[in-house]
Amino acid sequence: MIEVKNVNKSFSGKQILNDVSIAFNKGETNLIIGASGSGKSVLTKCIIGLHEVDSGSVSYDAREFTTMNFKERKNIRKEIGMLFQGSALFDSLTVEANVRFPLEMYTKKSAEEILERVNFCLKRVNLENVNHLYPAELSGGMQKRVGIARAIALNPSYLFCDEPNSGLDPQTGIVIDNLIQEITHEYNITTIVITHDMNSVMEIGDNISYIYKGKKWWEGNKQEILKTDNKELNEFVYSSRIMQKFRNI
Amino acid sequence: MFYNYLMLSIFHHIGKYFLLLGKVFKTPDNYKLIRKQIIHEMMSLGIGSLGLIAIISLFMGAVVTLQTASNLNNPLLPAYLIGYATRESFILEMAPTVMSLILAGKIGSNIASEIGAMRITEQIDALEIMGVNSASYLIFPKIIAALVFIPIIVIYSMFLGAFGGFIVSLYSSGMTIESYITGLRYDFKAFSIVYAMIKTVFFAFVITSIPSYHGYYTQGGALEIGKSSTKSVVYTSIVILIINYVLTQLLLL
Repeated sequence: MIEVKNVNKSFSGKQILNDVSIAFNKGETNLIIGASGSGKSVLTKCIIGLHEVDSGSVSYDAREFTTMNFKERKNIRKEIGMLFQGSALFDSLTVEANVRFPLEMYTKKSAEEILERVNFCLKRVNLENVNHLYPAELSGGMQKRVGIARAIALNPSYLFCDEPNSGLDPQTGIVIDNLIQEITHEYNITTIVITHDMNSVMEIGDNISYIYKGKKWWEGNKQEILKTDNKELNEFVYSSRIMQKFRNI
Repeated sequence: MFYNYLMLSIFHHIGKYFLLLGKVFKTPDNYKLIRKQIIHEMMSLGIGSLGLIAIISLFMGAVVTLQTASNLNNPLLPAYLIGYATRESFILEMAPTVMSLILAGKIGSNIASEIGAMRITEQIDALEIMGVNSASYLIFPKIIAALVFIPIIVIYSMFLGAFGGFIVSLYSSGMTIESYITGLRYDFKAFSIVYAMIKTVFFAFVITSIPSYHGYYTQGGALEIGKSSTKSVVYTSIVILIINYVLTQLLLL
């Protein structure tokens, strides 16, 4: 479980996060949704420690992260897997080397054991016979799946996904969403997904937090989000014509 | 006002550069991977530069020899001075300084754009989230590879420069091979090589660390990668020239 309590963050005097408190549950896909510029990416970077919070706290399974030193944070980060918006695969390395990277960095496994784990992770994301390809030779959806394989290589306790289906067609996007949810339930991971895609919300939203102008505006699940009378959230959820039609049915 | 801003900006960058170096020289996360990276960097930065350096050194050696021959065309001056001047100019300046400036363009822009692209495509963030010291993993092997390989390239350039002059002496009517070789061997001081190597080690450090700094702190998109790359070459060249002056003053006078 990841707990964010009263987090504030500002850049050059501009308040980006305002007293945000959210609990992200274990074994669930926790979605952070919000419009562009609402502060959801900054919140995630604060949780991971890429940005320091101005005040407030972030804890990983009751381990206070914000006050940890570099070495302690490093140990927590070994338990984190992250899927980036643009996949962030190392483009000078092959698919196999990308997935192998965290294993070589942090484990003392033999080359055979590492290869076995790499192949297992790639198979888990439904990728086979791509070991020797470079990221540039893969489609967007395949790159995301390699990103997931790399993220789960070290059996993480926490998985962060930054707009996992951006740039993908709706069908592939759903495949990626479902894969994230399956992995979350299968390995009992605390997963945080940042998205503004309503398909993702309806597909995998076990626990949803809506961020509006740097504040947590609403919290619930995918069933509750359709029935809410929160004005700002409704404007966000029903901004597309398809969703408006869906509401009228 | 502008002067104050300029000075502040210079000190800001110098401070940030040294803080980055502090991160670079922290204990590596995994020695095996770092060793692998150093070998990879030696191949890409070092071996990849040999062809360019060979062509430039041969032609510059030839041109320096021709120009010296043309300027020393006087019966009172011994012919071996042509070989002597070629050797001295190559050992003292052409090989260490000019080749380092060329490498600053080739290797420096390569490093800045490679690391800059990694920054804007979130690959550096990915390393950080994995708990890897990204500065050390990316920059340390480049610096070590350059410190080992650039002195080798400079020695290689010295030999090829002298060889370029030798080829000219074969086909030029103004000098003989014997006088050229006599000049190459005349009054040789081993300290000249030591001086050149000391300079080269400093240049090698600058050639890799300044572009790495510019690449590491790239912000924005493709346009900014280009800007980082250009800036890194400009600043590296300026720093090389300043270090060259300071070291020459310290070591030769």
